[in-house]
Amino acid sequence: MSLLNDKKLKDLNLTANKIRQTIIEMLVEAGAGHSAGPLGMADVFTALYFDILKHDPKNPAWTQRDRLILSNGHICPVRYAAMHHAGYDITEAELKTFRKIDSRLEGHPSVKRMPALETSSGPLGEGLSQACGFALAARMDGMQNDYHIWCLTSDGEHEEGMTWEAVMLAAKYKLNNLTVIIDRNNIQIDGNTEDIMPLEPLKEKYESFNWHVLEMNGHDMQDIISTLEEAKSIQDRPTFIIAHTTPGKGVDFMENNYKWHGVPPNKEQAFMALKQLKETEQKILES
Amino acid sequence: MDFHLFPTYLDEKTLKSSPIREGAGLGLAELGAEKQNVVLVGADTIESCRAHYFAEKFPERTIECGVAEQNMIGISAGLAYQGKVPFAVTYAAFLIGRGWEPIRTTIAYPGNHVVFVSSHAGLATGTDGPTHQMTEDIALTRCLPGFTVIAPADMEQAKKAVKAAYDLKGPVYIRCAREATPVFTTPATPFEVGKAQVLREGKDVTVVAHGYMVYTMLMIAEELRGSISVEVINMHTIKPLDGETLLASAEKTGKVFIAEDHNVIGGLGSAVSEFLAENKPVKVYRHGVYDQFAESGSAKDLWAKYKLDKEGTKALLLKFLNKS
Repeated sequence: MSLLNDKKLKDLNLTANKIRQTIIEMLVEAGAGHSAGPLGMADVFTALYFDILKHDPKNPAWTQRDRLILSNGHICPVRYAAMHHAGYDITEAELKTFRKIDSRLEGHPSVKRMPALETSSGPLGEGLSQACGFALAARMDGMQNDYHIWCLTSDGEHEEGMTWEAVMLAAKYKLNNLTVIIDRNNIQIDGNTEDIMPLEPLKEKYESFNWHVLEMNGHDMQDIISTLEEAKSIQDRPTFIIAHTTPGKGVDFMENNYKWHGVPPNKEQAFMALKQLKETEQKILES
Repeated sequence: MDFHLFPTYLDEKTLKSSPIREGAGLGLAELGAEKQNVVLVGADTIESCRAHYFAEKFPERTIECGVAEQNMIGISAGLAYQGKVPFAVTYAAFLIGRGWEPIRTTIAYPGNHVVFVSSHAGLATGTDGPTHQMTEDIALTRCLPGFTVIAPADMEQAKKAVKAAYDLKGPVYIRCAREATPVFTTPATPFEVGKAQVLREGKDVTVVAHGYMVYTMLMIAEELRGSISVEVINMHTIKPLDGETLLASAEKTGKVFIAEDHNVIGGLGSAVSEFLAENKPVKVYRHGVYDQFAESGSAKDLWAKYKLDKEGTKALLLKFLNKS
């Protein structure tokens, strides 16, 4: 386990904060979109794009890049924002085109409009199957050790049968070049996941399907990075990481409230959200 | 044009009978030897779809998904993104029916080049019954942007269709039937995706068909020789539709009869009607499965009861021509 120095940790936490601010700015400009999930996954996306991923923002087609498959496409604002801050060809002006006509930043990701997204997604439960396809192809090409496949999923989409079809297949083929991260934020559109359709015991479910399972605090940068690194070192099976997150993280009136799953802040709410996030930014700077 | 049909093709007794799915399986194995990025993705029906010829030769390029068609579609998408050319095979009802939304989202929308090869299309499926007799697959695929939809006329043509599909772009559906049907084309018969074949010229009526119904229509045309001059078009590619060939024929005959083992709603009958309505409104009859679910029974008995055999189809054609 690699321990990050204080400077690096501080930088990553600042970046995650910036990404949250960008998300709020995108959502209020679009007047539509999802708030809770993107804010909740900002730390994980920061860890990926600014530390873990093998990638080159200036050459997104690099054949040896890690593949990041976003299954729950509706949280794409966090990906667009992270890519923008990481140096991909997405300007601040383009971020403001999110969900608007002629934009590359579709409401749900379109790989045709932006190849760096790896896949198109939106309908839930379909990312893991595709990630398995990526992993199998890498193995056929003898490149299973050259790059890693990361698949980000939501807890709600684990209600889709197709997800479990892929869970079985990944175990059958012992896809050790595949890591799945679940955003375990316990909410979905109609309510709390355990009320809508209980998923627990989640860890035991995956273990019984012959996966290696890790858990992490999805808002503790050190924990996130150590866990993602550990996942890459597992050699005999695919790895599943339960990222315990707070939906709406960083904006107190959004946190842990499922009603913020699929709605954007209005102007007043966005102003308050940005105020809170800027205060947090100041605290990180002063820490 | 010489289509190099089997020399005595009008004498059915002299023809070999083989399932269209068999040709697809043989073609896939040949293609696999030529192209290293061809991958087979199956769902517990690999042998039944005759893809075992490929699987036995190239186990390292065969993914067995088990009874999980949606996953099979997603796996195929992932492989395609990585530069493979996946051939996803299973029965039409499960491949296109169960797999439809993942096909739409993960294959058609991004334009992935995945080839879907079915077996068990149509009433020719036989005794398994309506759950397995897929008569809506053409409707479901041709409405998806970017899809190429092919229904080969016999085993030889299926072989060629599979190979031709490799060189296309985007999603491709190759529709195959389970039952053995006459092999009336030969290895020398040309095949070009999107190019209809006027296998028999005539002036009184145009008959457009796909799959094994092409041969049925050729036999009917021969029986009517001397009294009615029937033009028979093998519309093996339903999308993109060869409007040019269709238009020329419709202009000549002024009457178009479509025959297919598919629901009359959404299949070739619909595709031809849509085209003619806009370009050359002529009298049209759509023959096929009349918006109903059939039943168990041998393919032969089903063809007879649902009028997809030679006698039933001929009677409907004559009625259409006011000759009955």
